Amino acid sequence: MALPTSSTEDSGAGRLLSWWRNPEIRGVFFQILTLLIVIWVGWTVADNTIQNLNRLNIASGYDFLEDTAGFSINFSLVDYSEESSYGRALLVGFLNTVLCAGLGIVLATVLGFIVGIARLSNNWIIARLATVYVEIIRNVPLLLQIFFWYIGVLRALPNPRDSLEPIPNVFLNSRGLIVPTPILQSGTGFVFAAFVLACVGSFFLWRWARLRQQQTGQQFPVFWTSMAMIVLLPLAVFFLAGSPVSLVLPELKGFNFATGSTLVPELVALVLALSIYTASFIAEIVRSGIQAVNWGQTEAASSLGLHRGQTLRLVIIPQAMRVIIPPLTNQYLNLTKNSSLAAAIAYPELVSVFAGVVLNQTGQAVEVLSIVIAIYLSLSIVTSVFMNWYNAKFALVER
Amino acid sequence: MNTESQQVWQPIPEKPPPSLSIGPVGWARKNLFSTPLDIALTVLGLYMIYVVASAILDWAVFNAVWRGTADDCREGSRACWPFIQAKWGQLIYGRYPLEERWRVDATMIIGVLAMIPMLIPAVPFKKVNAIFLFVVYPVIAFFLLLGGRFSLPLVETPLWGGLLVTLVTSIVGIVGSLPLGILLALGRRSDMPVVRMLSIGFIEFWRGIPLITVLFMASVMLPLFLPEGVTLDKLLRCLVGIALFSAAYLAEVVRGGLQAIPRGQYEAANALGLGYWRTMLLIILPQALRLVIPGIVNSFIALLKDTTLVLIVGLFDLLGIIQLSFTDPNWSTPNTANTGYFTAAVMFWCLCFSISRYSQFMERRLQTGHKR
Repeated sequence: MALPTSSTEDSGAGRLLSWWRNPEIRGVFFQILTLLIVIWVGWTVADNTIQNLNRLNIASGYDFLEDTAGFSINFSLVDYSEESSYGRALLVGFLNTVLCAGLGIVLATVLGFIVGIARLSNNWIIARLATVYVEIIRNVPLLLQIFFWYIGVLRALPNPRDSLEPIPNVFLNSRGLIVPTPILQSGTGFVFAAFVLACVGSFFLWRWARLRQQQTGQQFPVFWTSMAMIVLLPLAVFFLAGSPVSLVLPELKGFNFATGSTLVPELVALVLALSIYTASFIAEIVRSGIQAVNWGQTEAASSLGLHRGQTLRLVIIPQAMRVIIPPLTNQYLNLTKNSSLAAAIAYPELVSVFAGVVLNQTGQAVEVLSIVIAIYLSLSIVTSVFMNWYNAKFALVER
Repeated sequence: MNTESQQVWQPIPEKPPPSLSIGPVGWARKNLFSTPLDIALTVLGLYMIYVVASAILDWAVFNAVWRGTADDCREGSRACWPFIQAKWGQLIYGRYPLEERWRVDATMIIGVLAMIPMLIPAVPFKKVNAIFLFVVYPVIAFFLLLGGRFSLPLVETPLWGGLLVTLVTSIVGIVGSLPLGILLALGRRSDMPVVRMLSIGFIEFWRGIPLITVLFMASVMLPLFLPEGVTLDKLLRCLVGIALFSAAYLAEVVRGGLQAIPRGQYEAANALGLGYWRTMLLIILPQALRLVIPGIVNSFIALLKDTTLVLIVGLFDLLGIIQLSFTDPNWSTPNTANTGYFTAAVMFWCLCFSISRYSQFMERRLQTGHKR
């Protein structure tokens, strides 16, 4: 039998493949090509930018941060005046972002967990109400909700003379939310120290209780004990030190409140909208996290003789949290990024102060935006580092 | 033999369950009034429904001004529908010239007619339909909307506005970013370290910054990047920014689909002697993309809501046009703003909710297809 060997004998067997068919060489070639293209694009962009900047006579470099800002900011956590530098304005904006993101995260988490658990309620009406909340809120743009709270609700509030007083000495009017100002006197340090001490104590209590449970199986009410410690200890010190904090109550003088601290309506609107919007996403995360825990776990817990509360606390929630935490962190990051929408209602946070006012004044688009981007990117990198650590520590070890 | 023992044993008929545990009464007892806490929650829930629903219905329907002029809307707190009637054209078309508005209508009608058979799974000719929708239709829409050729007068993009801009930015954003998103997802899973690092860097960069900074970049930084003499108009610059931004998110969605494909598929393709691109195009991507359709739709919904941000850089989308119409001195009444926001919210909600329902339907359909 004549086998058709000729062609393979000549060119194939025994010889190496042609070099351009070698996957490794091709890989190196493509990577170099990609790199060259990227470098070329970057080079062109940089070149164009430099030419354009020269042509438009725009200064470059970060020296402008030292210059006097010359504009006022209506809400700031640190001292700021028109004579302050652009760098100071950046700090004010950053702190305002942190403030509204922090408040938003706390409120959104509380509301989101309530709604998420309500969606799983046995009560038909409560479950439906929670579903309606989620479906309405998450299908309406956040910016629209911010405008609604800011212009539709807070602007429509009465003027300072006819303020609403939902809680005694807390006033709500079209200028914002006015709360009593706490004045710290000497001795506050002890209260703070007591608080820190209680926190550290709770941590060691938690470790001791865990160890004891692992060894003896006996449980210790860690949560209530630490809560009592964290609340009662500083409170006791507070009274022992002779109540070193006094409140300056808001007082109406003329057309506005002369004393008391004002939360500007922009901040109130922003925090309300952010937390209500994000809560609808957190609610879904919580619901799916709880539903992700296998029903067999509940049955197993029952057969071990745990009652309903114990089942929830010791079996369901620890497993649900493993599913809940990663997307929850993502939502926190989203909320922080979404706080930049404040630019639309002129709440002086990072984007509105820096990418808005400072950019307009200096015209240094590249530098200003690069600072803003660097801040947001470092926030997201910190979050993802935390997430990787969390996943590595708590991920289920699969067989 | 006893004849009675021959009788077949007959059980007495089952008693019906207690009347309180079946039917609507039983359902209510089980789901609404099972414990004292349950009763309290039910009462609380009913009270909340009553308060919210009556407030909204009173405001939007019963006490609302349905006909009349701005003067009728000045008193009380109630919806002012004549305002919406007067501004409806602007809400849809923005400042698009009156006599050219048929072009927008035509574009939307053609788009909807081409979309409907695409969305219903039972309709055949999906391939032809897809080619029309993704290749021919954009060309038609471009010339219809912008004009300047075929004896259609040019309508500059600053005149566009309202729902038109919202739809154009979100649809072009998602369709334009899909190819880049797929490439980035493939790059992120590539064996080549340079390609992988570049993809990861790109994706994480765009996912780490808020859309509003992207839009600021598009409107103030992008002109600096271009060579002298080249200018892009504002809408196009925002579209570039939005497309890059959403490409990063789509890349992560597509990566999820790629990871869900079993390794056997890659190995089978290798065994058949297919190279990288043919493996991807013929074997992996058709399966992966089908899996991530719901994810892509969700990204689309997110983008549709996020396009409202373009108003911050001075484009007039649906929300932007509504904000703009508040400045009309003829309609400066206390009820104008809330009516406008309510209308925008209802329009966005209808769009987003129907799309998300469709995506859930697709998800269920796809799941049954992959059940093992």
